[in-house]
Amino acid sequence: MTNAVQHQQPESQAVLSARGLRRDFGAFTAVRDVDIDVRHAEVHALIGPNGAGKTTVFNLLTKFLQPTAGSIMLMGQDITRTPPDKVARMGLVRSFQISAVFPHLSVLDNVRVALQRNNHLSYQFWQPLSALNRLNEQAEALLASVGLTRERNALAADLSYGRKRVLEIATTLALDPKVLLLDEPMAGMGQEDIGTIANLIREVAKTRAVLMVEHNLSVVADLCQHVTVLQRGEILAEGDYDTVSRDPRVRTAYMGTEEA
Amino acid sequence: MARTHSTAPASIAAADSVVPAGASGLRLGLALLALALLLAAPFFVYPIFLMKVLCFALFACAFNVLLGYTGLLSFGHAAFFGGAAYFTAHAVKEWGFPPELGILTGVIGAAALGFVMGALAIRRQGIYFAMITLALSQMFFFFCLQAKFTQGEDGIQSVPRGHLLGMIDLNQPLAMYYTVAGTFLIGLFLIWRFVHSPFGMILKSIRENEARATSLGYSVQRYKLGAFVFSAAMAGLAGGLKALVFQFATLTDVGWQMSGEVILMTLLGGIGTMFGPVVGAGFIVGLGNYLATTGFPVTIITGVVFMVCVLLFRRGIIGEFNASRLGRRLGLDHRH
Repeated sequence: MTNAVQHQQPESQAVLSARGLRRDFGAFTAVRDVDIDVRHAEVHALIGPNGAGKTTVFNLLTKFLQPTAGSIMLMGQDITRTPPDKVARMGLVRSFQISAVFPHLSVLDNVRVALQRNNHLSYQFWQPLSALNRLNEQAEALLASVGLTRERNALAADLSYGRKRVLEIATTLALDPKVLLLDEPMAGMGQEDIGTIANLIREVAKTRAVLMVEHNLSVVADLCQHVTVLQRGEILAEGDYDTVSRDPRVRTAYMGTEEA
Repeated sequence: MARTHSTAPASIAAADSVVPAGASGLRLGLALLALALLLAAPFFVYPIFLMKVLCFALFACAFNVLLGYTGLLSFGHAAFFGGAAYFTAHAVKEWGFPPELGILTGVIGAAALGFVMGALAIRRQGIYFAMITLALSQMFFFFCLQAKFTQGEDGIQSVPRGHLLGMIDLNQPLAMYYTVAGTFLIGLFLIWRFVHSPFGMILKSIRENEARATSLGYSVQRYKLGAFVFSAAMAGLAGGLKALVFQFATLTDVGWQMSGEVILMTLLGGIGTMFGPVVGAGFIVGLGNYLATTGFPVTIITGVVFMVCVLLFRRGIIGEFNASRLGRRLGLDHRH
């Protein structure tokens, strides 16, 4: 399944690919026969009506759920049976649909926690907390890139919903992932933050692969080179935004929800 | 578990505010005052009572590493406390170990026990975790009941206190007291260092959001196990010390009631605060001592205290103080 022409054509290289992905919950099949290829330097959107299985696909790809059938390759390595924390260490990092920050840590500490592991500062139980100060510069730079500098000392719990999402993206980027999976990163954000984050995603996607679930179709049209449409756990259509949005089946599936 | 801090919209404003100048001086003053009290106390209060308080305070602080700083409710910590008491008592009495090596035996034994119990229990979360720790500690209880070296219902009696480092005769009440006080301070320092370290930071992040910690690449199980073993070892330090103070080790210290008592102490004093468990232990032990002379059933009073605590001040005594205006002025309300 490894791409033979990986190095000659980095733009067409699938860094994350799944084949025949399936997940059953009892008698219910949430996801079936999903093939997906996420390529380097590309923003790939996963869209579909509520309950289409988008988040389940995310959970399968990041190994938070074990697929019932199918296989997943990450940069040429089979991760079908790899635990989620290992997958994260291999460079596949996700954000969550429900904002996932550490509420009773400060904004700065949220980012520093994300930086600790790569800087080999996570097992030292004998060192004082000031040992983490050498992460400050890096953490501040990340906060600046998402526009959170002013809130650095606030508790994450006290941020507005949209700002929490922004913080979560900053912590995700702190890991310097090869593949970024963003579950509805713009949901609940103000217009100003949407602009900042869209630019940020465009910027980080220059050197990484990004797969995102997104309901805001104007964001998808603006940001994503490739779109996969899911419906009832199956792939309905895929291609670039124009192709997909002209597809009559997609129009039917989205009827009435497109304007929302 | 232990989401006591999330109830405080009133203190949101405090989070952003800078700690006022002089607060660190005040805090240092408070610490020195507490130290002076610790040193002077045996001249005013019955030393055995004080030593009992200190042993339980250390036990509760050790327990709080898990509940307060990792978010794990263990219902089996008596196994480490009481187990270490047996190990220390046996090492000192039967093997003729000096007291410091006897306590070390207790600590190592408790840590080993913690490793086995922890490795089995951390695979589950929440109430299941609590139930597994309870079940394992009950298994250990029945082991202690049957095993030969614990001497069953009698327990290990008349444990010699010996000479600390071969010089200080611990049969002198004051020598014993200051040994206990010193060990307590060392234990408290180790716990403080542990939770306020890069490792402790990861533990807090696991407490706050386990799935997120996993998605950041942390193998959560390993950190939990580390915290569990450390907490067990510190509980063992307290248990070993208690065996020397009272010169016996019995089944009382490994029973499930003891596991419940340490939860109550921690809850009452303040989960996730450094000194809450100390205050909680002092309160519960003091209450027990006072009521023992009146003949009134202690469990009724502690039950009422528990309910009042849960209904009226969930953050515990120290937790409420830290969140109060004075506490915030002292810069104590970090809510972690």
